Amino acid sequence: MNVVSKHPFVDALVAGGRALPASTASWLNLRRSLALERANALSVPTTRDEEWRFTDLATLNKLRVEPVGQAAALVDVAPYAVSEAATRLAFVDGVYAPALSSRSPLPAGVTVGTLAENLNIQSALMGVHLAAHADFNEQVFTALNTAWLRDGVFIHIAQNTALSEPLHLLFIATLKDAASCPRCLIVAEAGAECTVIEDYVAATTEAYFTNAVTEIAIKPNARVRHVRLQRESMQAVHIASCAVSLAKDASYVSQSIAFGARLSRYNLDVIHKGEGAEAVIDGLALISGQQLADTHTTMDHAQPNGRCTQLHKTIVGGAAHAVFNGKVLVRKDAQLTNSAQQSRNLLLSSTARVDTKPQLEIFADDVKCAHGATVGQLDAEQLFYLKSRGLPDTQARNLLTYAFGAEIVDRIPVKSLVAQLEKTVMAQTQASV
Amino acid sequence: MINSNAKTLLEISGLTATVAGVTILKGINLTVRAGEVHAIMGPNGSGKSTLAKVLAGHPAYEVTGGTVQFEGQDLFALAAEARARAGLFLGFQYPVEIPGVSNSSFLRLAYNTVQGGRGKDELDPLEFDDYVREKMKLLEMSPEFLDRSVNDGFSGGEKKRNEILQMAILEPRVSVLDETDSGLDIDALRIVAGGVNKLLTADNACVLVTHYQRLLNYITPDYVHVMESGRVIKTGGKELALELESRGYDWLLDAKVTA
Ligand SMILES: Nc1ncnc2c1ncn2[C@@H]1O[C@H](COP(=O)(O)OP(=O)(O)O)[C@@H](O)[C@H]1O
Ligand SMILES: [Mg+2]
Repeated sequence: MNVVSKHPFVDALVAGGRALPASTASWLNLRRSLALERANALSVPTTRDEEWRFTDLATLNKLRVEPVGQAAALVDVAPYAVSEAATRLAFVDGVYAPALSSRSPLPAGVTVGTLAENLNIQSALMGVHLAAHADFNEQVFTALNTAWLRDGVFIHIAQNTALSEPLHLLFIATLKDAASCPRCLIVAEAGAECTVIEDYVAATTEAYFTNAVTEIAIKPNARVRHVRLQRESMQAVHIASCAVSLAKDASYVSQSIAFGARLSRYNLDVIHKGEGAEAVIDGLALISGQQLADTHTTMDHAQPNGRCTQLHKTIVGGAAHAVFNGKVLVRKDAQLTNSAQQSRNLLLSSTARVDTKPQLEIFADDVKCAHGATVGQLDAEQLFYLKSRGLPDTQARNLLTYAFGAEIVDRIPVKSLVAQLEKTVMAQTQASV
Repeated sequence: MINSNAKTLLEISGLTATVAGVTILKGINLTVRAGEVHAIMGPNGSGKSTLAKVLAGHPAYEVTGGTVQFEGQDLFALAAEARARAGLFLGFQYPVEIPGVSNSSFLRLAYNTVQGGRGKDELDPLEFDDYVREKMKLLEMSPEFLDRSVNDGFSGGEKKRNEILQMAILEPRVSVLDETDSGLDIDALRIVAGGVNKLLTADNACVLVTHYQRLLNYITPDYVHVMESGRVIKTGGKELALELESRGYDWLLDAKVTA
């Protein structure tokens, strides 16, 4: 069976990947061609695949998308600006847009730029990490992204360097039917620290396709805070994965927030490759109408003494559908692992739907693993309490819905972003009731 | 203070109500005029909280008969929020915790809808902060309660103070305070009761639902009603509360059976 002819987006991306000029780095050419091979060989998942059971890609298959060659000139980035972040790298429809970026001077030891501009300088380091953490052998979308890899974001924080200001990676969609393959590589050397905001926004209301891959390598004692915002257009398809590798005593703290896209799928794979590593992986999906937001996370405890706390929340209105699959793997050697997962879901309408599934696979015997899931409506007693103080029904509902989501939003370590998102949550809550 | 010429604020006639299909209120009659303090006493489960919640418009309770006039209008024609705006206040026996909603913004929203609806200027967060701090002094509440989530992690006594703070902010015409005294130690009781006393005027009225005479030492009732099995079985003056204190409820219940 010819997969390519069935999936025009695969066709378009594979063709785009083939047309890429060869890179000066032979390792990159090799990885791209391997990925291209895999992209051709792998089939696009259907709902018969367990991992895609609830997420029907028909919406994507119907799109006639093409990769974009050149960044559009004029986009107003002011609405997305994060005041604490002096450094912003902007990409328009997947293409780096220097005019929309803000490259302030950075402290010694900190590199924040594009993959392309750093390839010759940091080829050895990139060779170790790029397309090495995110699996393109089995994941067709990662294979497509990798086959197409020509540019992206490169962040490197040298040993014992702490960068206090957040870095803003802004991916702006502007064109109908554009296919983009954003790519980020973040490497925090031993004892380094940084905060990265990975932000997907839309300056169009049309349909398009984002296929993003991020890789984060966190060396011993280093600490990365990762804020991920998916606020694509309501017609868009957003498929993304993020692979995080933690060395000894390293720490990864993330909030992933999904507001947009007709269909979104986010795979977050975190692995504790060293002892005593810590991960905090929080998620929030706030969706309504016909939206589907699917989050699949894998926490791979491969070494002893690791910790992970995870709170995933969804607020689902209209006929929207939220999916959460949280896999926690505790390998044989990962003794004294402490892993806790919570999935909490709020349904705002009778046609809203959520499918949530914890998936624990524990092979070590001395571990603490907790998990829990709740699906519910707004609390009737809380609602009555607010109304008994004069608050109109809608305002009371909005306030409670907002409070439910605020628990995650408030954890974002960037103040202006919290304020900005609180407004979005409030507005979206009001619209979805 | 009884003044038979005072305006009738609340007039309950033959009120019956069910919850989960069970009839709890079996014909309540009660008239509350401006300036009056009424105490409703009675054993556990007699329907006191049910009456309070029916008046406030809790959706779990169904009114099956009777009428309630609130300042001349049909109370049951109003949604819960409209009753609050019309000037009815329920002090909850069990105030609800709302994690994630800050007490200050909740209080301000309530103020702006209720007082704003009466023509007062809406207050922005800074203006409201000044306003609410004054009111908190009345109840000897620390301002740190503003920054916390509504009732979240409050002790029993703190929750009750927060209820009376809301009463102070909303300035209702009729306050129904359901067991405001429970969970309060003796000092807190004195402060809270003192706060309520300061809020009572010749133009408003208060219905105190309580188990114990204790609260009535601080807030003197004009009338004491005893509820039993969804009915008011006896009404008297403040001395009735003292009698209940020394004799319990049994003599009343027995009297009812033999009557
Ligand atoms: N939501 C409810 N569902 C079922 N029964 C209820 C509910 N609320 C009250 N009741 C019942 O109604 C009766 C009166 O309760 P309540 O009004 O709370 O009494 P009081 O406040 O006088 O102690 C009790 O038998 C109680 O169990
Ligand atoms: Mg009660």
